[in-house]
Amino acid sequence: MTKNIVLAQGNGGEENAELISKIFYKHFKNEILEKSEDAAIIDGGRLAFTTDSFTVSPIFFDGGDIGKLSICGTCNDLVMMGAKPTYMTCAVIVEEGFPVSDLEKIVRSMKKELDINGAMIVCGDTKVVPRGAVDKIFINTTGVGVVQKSGISSNCVSTSDTILISNQIGKHGATIFANREGMEFSSALQSDCTSLWPLVEKLLSEGVAITAMRDATRGGVAAVLNEWAKQSKVCIEVNEETLPVSDEVRGICEILGFEAYNLANEGTFVLAVKSEDAQKAVEILQGFEEGHHAAIIAEVTHQYDGRVVLLSPWGSKRFMDLPTGELLPRIC
Amino acid sequence: MSSLQLKDLYDGFRNPDVIKSFQKLIAREAEKLNRTVNIMEVCGGHTHTIMKYGLAQLLPSTINFIHGPGCPVCIMPKERVDHAYALSQQSDLILLTLGDMIKVPGSHGSLQDARAKGADVRFVYSPMDALKIAEENPDKKIIFFAIGFETTTPMSAALLDVVIKRGIKNIFFHINHVTVPEVMKELIDSRDEHVNSYDHRIDAFIGPAHVSVISGSKIYEIFPKHYGIPVVVSGFEPVDVMEAIYMIIKQFNEGRSDLEIQYKRLVTHEGNLKAQALIEHYFEKVDLFKWRGMGNVPNSGLKLRDEFALYDAEVLYKEVLPYEEIDDHKLCICGDILRGFAKPQECSVFGTACKPSSPLGSCMVSSEGACAAYYKYGNLL
Repeated sequence: MTKNIVLAQGNGGEENAELISKIFYKHFKNEILEKSEDAAIIDGGRLAFTTDSFTVSPIFFDGGDIGKLSICGTCNDLVMMGAKPTYMTCAVIVEEGFPVSDLEKIVRSMKKELDINGAMIVCGDTKVVPRGAVDKIFINTTGVGVVQKSGISSNCVSTSDTILISNQIGKHGATIFANREGMEFSSALQSDCTSLWPLVEKLLSEGVAITAMRDATRGGVAAVLNEWAKQSKVCIEVNEETLPVSDEVRGICEILGFEAYNLANEGTFVLAVKSEDAQKAVEILQGFEEGHHAAIIAEVTHQYDGRVVLLSPWGSKRFMDLPTGELLPRIC
Repeated sequence: MSSLQLKDLYDGFRNPDVIKSFQKLIAREAEKLNRTVNIMEVCGGHTHTIMKYGLAQLLPSTINFIHGPGCPVCIMPKERVDHAYALSQQSDLILLTLGDMIKVPGSHGSLQDARAKGADVRFVYSPMDALKIAEENPDKKIIFFAIGFETTTPMSAALLDVVIKRGIKNIFFHINHVTVPEVMKELIDSRDEHVNSYDHRIDAFIGPAHVSVISGSKIYEIFPKHYGIPVVVSGFEPVDVMEAIYMIIKQFNEGRSDLEIQYKRLVTHEGNLKAQALIEHYFEKVDLFKWRGMGNVPNSGLKLRDEFALYDAEVLYKEVLPYEEIDDHKLCICGDILRGFAKPQECSVFGTACKPSSPLGSCMVSSEGACAAYYKYGNLL
């Protein structure tokens, strides 16, 4: 590991994982933390508990803002453990000189998103720091959710599962990139930033046999699939043709040399469901606007355990690796 | 009204049916071969295409790729990275460079490390971005650490052209531009008789098309004429590369060694004369340029002409730049890989001590390096 922190260590990929395991896990080590799930399951399996900090730049972007993101992000992590978000905290660090009207705009979009999740902020903290000590505004939210279905875990993916994606991939990462200062793209691209509770609530109420769920944030779909393959000791074989990617995202990837499956999402998740329920799950997801492009993308095998393989439409294959290095600036 | 979509520019060149058709054509042609043909794709972009799209898996075992030295980031020697690092440590200075360059390790670390310690290092998508940065920071010196082959050289020249014409006082250049034909010559000329066996000799080149968009296909004429080695100038999409391989195998079977253009949609024999004139005006060859993994290659580097020394950071910062020679890492076999004597997996540190996140050698640095491509995509034959 490097002597000083480098940006690549916040990329959600290999360097990020190394930093977490060599510094935080080393000292904080305990059974719950080591499960390495989106949210910790506590209180004998009754509650899900998680936290996330938001530093996205720009703070207002096409399809959302840092406020909406700060609720979606934390709630979605709870939802991915099969929990319904309930109580949340909100801690804000704001830079001297920040417009109050912008702050109120951000808080308003937080409230709107809380309503979608049926959750509420029950305590908080506000810090104002001198100009330059933070970039405009950073937000931390912590959330508690009540587990509706237990046993959802990224350690249990097996060959009896089929892998699905809930929507087109890479939109958030591509949007933030296109919105950055200095990138003069004009496109209809919007972040997929959205709360996933309504989609998951429906899947659960329809009795879909879900093995694992994870929202594909930093590191994208590739990071989720690689973690699952490693944690569950299986090989995930992705059919490249079936990965839903919008023309806009593909265009940005072509120009900048990215892969859509490495780009961040904030309202798109990967699911492992029992194969017999796969089609049903796709149909349920497609009933939502946010799940319109849901698709089956991969099968689980034992061909290369711990790895993700991408199958090309012309019969060749390659590994779909974890992103390494510095991919994008702050995206969440 | 229908307009041209971005995807129209690449969809056809990734068409599975077309790729499969070329696979059949190549297989038929390859049946006539009585030995392995070693094709060097000079450019890292082609290495990336071959690995990313798994093209080697579609070809008969009698076709072998030698992954050439055409990745401008990978070939940057530690001495030059140390220059960039030393410059970044100067006060009131912003160092600009292109993409992956910030990851390349030098003796004291990479530019990414320099930035983490407080240096103002930024990467730009176009050298022209330097103009805005210079305008916003009138009290700082902006140094553009210029890298790349013939493809990116005109952009550096165009920036200097604007800087001079507008009388901008705070943009300077550290030039590390290199040229493709010279290193191709070096690859052939430096071979000893005993290694120039069927196993290792370069039988044909796939020439990088973007270089030829600027310099024309004429720069490769010497290879078929003087060395009897066919060259096909190829595009970077999978269909382009498959067609180029087909063209090469055909030449081989017909006993020809010609210069052919596969990338006809943009490459001409003469190239972009305006860009060539701009390069000629501002740049001249240096006698020797050191390539990481390859050593000194004659006439392969460019520098600013003496009359533009005023803009040359190597001249202005002569006192603070380090000049000691530094050897490549002892365990690294990048030189052998670039010459086609070895494949990435044969290296003892491949994937263990040497990874994309902590590269020891040149080929692991950029996504276009052979080792990085093998590491990233595997070689699932």
